[in-house]
Amino acid sequence: MGKYYETTSTFNYAWDQLAKAFWNRYPNPYSTHVLSEDTLFREVRGSQLYSRRLLTKTNRMPKWGEGIVRSSHQVSIVEESYVNPKDKIITTYTRNIGFTRIMSVVEKVIYSPDPNNPGQTIAYRSAWIDSNMYGFRRPIESFGIERFRKNCGQAALGFNYVLNSIYPPKVATGANVQTVAVGRFGETTEKMKEKARRAGEKAKERAGLSTVYAASTGPGGADS
Amino acid sequence: MEESQGNSGNNIETTPQFMNSIADECNDLKKAYDDCFNAWFSEKFLKGDRNLSKCDALLQLYTVCVKNAMKVKSIDINEVEKEHLGTENERRKPS
Repeated sequence: MGKYYETTSTFNYAWDQLAKAFWNRYPNPYSTHVLSEDTLFREVRGSQLYSRRLLTKTNRMPKWGEGIVRSSHQVSIVEESYVNPKDKIITTYTRNIGFTRIMSVVEKVIYSPDPNNPGQTIAYRSAWIDSNMYGFRRPIESFGIERFRKNCGQAALGFNYVLNSIYPPKVATGANVQTVAVGRFGETTEKMKEKARRAGEKAKERAGLSTVYAASTGPGGADS
Repeated sequence: MEESQGNSGNNIETTPQFMNSIADECNDLKKAYDDCFNAWFSEKFLKGDRNLSKCDALLQLYTVCVKNAMKVKSIDINEVEKEHLGTENERRKPS
């Protein structure tokens, strides 16, 4: 047994813009649980860039879980990724290191241009959550999926925050009318702000609407 | 008066905030490498230049520091170095 979850979120930025901001998506106010980030390995494979990074995060457990997991306040995460600039695809794959018997969380995210709007990028997220803790498997998996669901919305909001700060809507200063309020595609600042706000809300909505379903790995049980 | 930055909307216009390394003593090495890499990624890689060697020496110094910190924190380096994405270790969607 284990749980599988998927969701999508839309970013109001073209893939190229998103790609440039990708390595700087931490820190942001929505990801205060991310403590550190380090690159361990990187190479170009064909036309793609492969990277492996180590992240540490605070390990937020429910009260009832604290007795099971002996005071581990930090968890290490490995993030592998491929950036494919030709086809405009970024794929990330993250998994926790250690404590995987208690709870293993694997997340895969594919960022690619919205087929209906090249000015937008869609993130397709999948997650696999498994526990092998005898007697605690179900509550742990349920907790894991709930926490993951919440974090998806936060991750989208956080990345949006970073995108907004890297590509700020131009604001009028002084009497220089030439530079006033012309952003991407000639949009006005107000329009852009409105769009950014809507994108954030959409992301929230989508996170709320997505499906969760238990995925049996067949008789014989866990495959991890 | 605002400096003219053009209207492309594609230029990185503000300096991103710094995310810490796992160990304080690696922060300077991390910053040096990240600066090199970020410039290469935006200015070269996304435009089709695939030669990454420019930042190799900095990455080498930096990862030595991080790996020492991982040992101190008892993080399983072998487990970290296992490749999953794009290999048979990768999880599949339930059918």
